[in-house]
Amino acid sequence: MTTADITSADATHAPVPAAALPAGPSGGGPGARLAAAWRTVRRSRRLSAGLALIALFLLTAAVGPLLATDPQGFGTDLSQPPSGAHWLGTTQTGQDVFDQLMVSTRTSLLIGFAAALAATAISVVIGIGGGFLGGWSDEALSLLSNVFLVIPGLPLVIVISSYTKGGSLLATIGVIAFTSWAASARVLRAQTLSLRTRDYVLAARLYGERRWRIVLVEILPNEAAIIVSQFIFAVIFAILTQAGLAFLGLQNPSDLTWGNMLYFAQNADALSGGAWWWFVPPGLCIAVFGAAMSLVSFGLDEVLDPRLRVYRPARRGRAGRQRTAPRRTAPQQQAARRQEADR
Amino acid sequence: MTALDVRDLTVAYPQAHGRPFRAVERLSFSLRAGRTLALVGESGSGKSSVLKALSRLVRPAEGSILLDGREGVRGREYRRAVQMVFQDPFASLNPSHTVDHHLRRPLLATGRARRGAEADEAVAALLRQVNLTPAADVARKRPHELSGGQRQRVAIARALAPEPAVLLADEPVSMLDVSIRLEILNLLDRLKRERDLALLYVTHDLATARHFSSEIMVMYRGEVVERGPSDEVILDPRHPYTRLLAAAAPRTGASREEVREARRVRLESRARRDAERREVVVGEGCRFRPRCPFAMDSCARRPPEVQVAPPPDGDGGTGHRALCWLYADPAAAAGALPAAGPAAAVPPHRAAP
Repeated sequence: MTTADITSADATHAPVPAAALPAGPSGGGPGARLAAAWRTVRRSRRLSAGLALIALFLLTAAVGPLLATDPQGFGTDLSQPPSGAHWLGTTQTGQDVFDQLMVSTRTSLLIGFAAALAATAISVVIGIGGGFLGGWSDEALSLLSNVFLVIPGLPLVIVISSYTKGGSLLATIGVIAFTSWAASARVLRAQTLSLRTRDYVLAARLYGERRWRIVLVEILPNEAAIIVSQFIFAVIFAILTQAGLAFLGLQNPSDLTWGNMLYFAQNADALSGGAWWWFVPPGLCIAVFGAAMSLVSFGLDEVLDPRLRVYRPARRGRAGRQRTAPRRTAPQQQAARRQEADR
Repeated sequence: MTALDVRDLTVAYPQAHGRPFRAVERLSFSLRAGRTLALVGESGSGKSSVLKALSRLVRPAEGSILLDGREGVRGREYRRAVQMVFQDPFASLNPSHTVDHHLRRPLLATGRARRGAEADEAVAALLRQVNLTPAADVARKRPHELSGGQRQRVAIARALAPEPAVLLADEPVSMLDVSIRLEILNLLDRLKRERDLALLYVTHDLATARHFSSEIMVMYRGEVVERGPSDEVILDPRHPYTRLLAAAAPRTGASREEVREARRVRLESRARRDAERREVVVGEGCRFRPRCPFAMDSCARRPPEVQVAPPPDGDGGTGHRALCWLYADPAAAAGALPAAGPAAAVPPHRAAP
C-alpha cells in the first residue's frame, strides 16, 4: 500500500521539523522538550538576545535587593559621580543610585508583569468569550471593550490613581490592567470569530464536544501566538504607564521604581545640574527592557511563522564550508548559474 | 433498512430585508444502511444546506429528520449516529493538535472508549481501518506533517470514531489530487460495506456519483429535479437541467470539437447562473424555467414529480422520477421532447453551427 510506504518513510526523518517547534512533539520526556525549546531559541538571534537581556533583568530583580544596602538611607556623600564606593554615584541627599536601581528593578518588573497578566486575562475572557458566544453576549462585551477603547487611557489612570492617592502596589497594578485590556480583547474577538466557524471546530461540535472544551482546547491554542505577543507588549505598556504616573508624582513616593527615581531626579534638577548618573540608569533600564521584550516578541514571530524566517547558515558551518568545499571550476559555476536562472 | 428519513426538509436563512431565503425547499429522501445516495448539483443549489441541517448545524425551518424512524432524537444520541466528513482536509483538522487528539476526543466525548489503554487501542484500530500505518507513528504527527490524502483519511477516521450509522460526505475528494481521489472513494466504499453505513455523498462530479452510489438526486436551486438509480439518471437523463449537467461534463475520450462545445455550454450556463442568482423566483413555477430550452406555458405552475422510466414489470418501476411538466402531459412531451441522451441536452437552435 502506497500510504504505508509513505508514512513509514516519513517516520524516520519527520520528528526533526516537529521537534524544532516550541510546542514540541507529543512524545518524549521533559528533557527532550527542553532540548527542543533550546534549539528553537538558538535559531533566532533576536529571540536569544531578548531572552538573555530579560534573564539579566529577572536575575537583578531576584537577587539585587539582597545586595543593596539600604537604598533609602541618606549618606554624607552628596551628588557624587560614579566611583568605586558608589558604582552609579549618589543622589542629592546622598542615597546610593546603584542600590536604588537594584530595588526599583524588582518593583517595576513586578508591576509590569502582574498588570500585563491581569490585562491579558481580562482580554482573553472578554474577547474570546464574546467572539465564541456571539449574539447578545457578544454585543454587550464588545460594547464594553469599545467603551474602554475610546476612554482616553492616561487621563483615566491619572484620575483613578489620584483618587487612590498613589495607593498600594496592588492599586497601581489594578489601575493599569483595568485601562489596558480593551485593544487586545478586540483583536482576540476578531480572531475567535474567524476560528469558531472553521471546519475543525464544527467537527468538534458534531461529535458533541462540550463548549468549554471547544474554547479551551480547540480554539485557544490557535490564538496562543497572539496572546503571547499581546502579553509582551502589555508588560512594556504597564512599565511605561507606571513610569509616567510616577514621573507625574501620582505614585506612592516611598515605593522605589524606575519611574520614581526619574521623578526624584527631575525634582532635584538633576538634568540641569548635570547629575546624569541619577537619571540615565533608570531611563536606560526602561528603554533596554522594552527593547528586550520587543526582541522576544519579534523573535517568537520569526520562530513560529516560517515565512518570516531569514535563512542564515550556521556560523561555524559557513566558515568551515569555505575552507573545505572544493573550489568550483568555471564550467561548473556556469552550469550552476544556468540552473539558478532556470529556476 | 432506513437509517435516516428526511421529510419535507426546508432550510431558510434570514436576509437583511425581505423574506428569508429558502435554500432548500421541501426535500424528502431516505438513506438506507449499506447504500450510497449521491446528491449532485451546481454550487448554490443547496447541497451544503442539506448537510448542515442533517448534521444539526442549522435548524431546519420546516420538515422533520427521522433517525431510525424516530423524530427529535436527543443531541447526544444523534451525534453518535450521524457524522460528517468535510470537504477541505486542510481546514478540517486542528493545526495545533496531533492526529491522536483528533481521534481520541470523539471516542471519549461519545463514550465509545474509556480513557487509557482502551482509547489507545481504539485510536490505533481507527488508523488501521483507514490504511494509515504504522498507526503509532501517524498518531504522533500533526496535520501539517501529512499530505492531503492522509489528512482526509484522518478526517474519515474521526467521523467513524463515534461509530455512526449515517455518514455525510461533503465533496470529500474535491480538494484532493486526482491521483488519490479514487483511493479515498474506494476507502469510503469499503467502510460503507464493512460497517453497513448509510452514506450521503455530496458532489458535483457526475462520474464518481455514478460509480460510487446506487441512487442519485439532482438538486437545482433548493429542489430535487430528478432522482433515480444512478445509471439511469446519468445515462438517460430526463430533466432538462440534468441533461445540461451531463452535457457540460466532457468525457475523457471526447474529441476536441466535443470538448470545445462542452466548454461553451458550461460558460454560457455559468454566465446565466450568475445573472439568475440575484433574481427572485416569482410564484410557484418551475425554477429552471428561465434557463430551460423546453419551457412551456405550463411551467409557470409548480411542476409535478413524475415517474419517467416505464415500469419494466408494472411493479412501481425503478423510481426514476423528474420534476418536470414534460413528462406529466404525454401530448406536450411528444411534441417538445427530442430523443433522449446526453447529446440532446444542447438545445436544437444552439446546436446548429
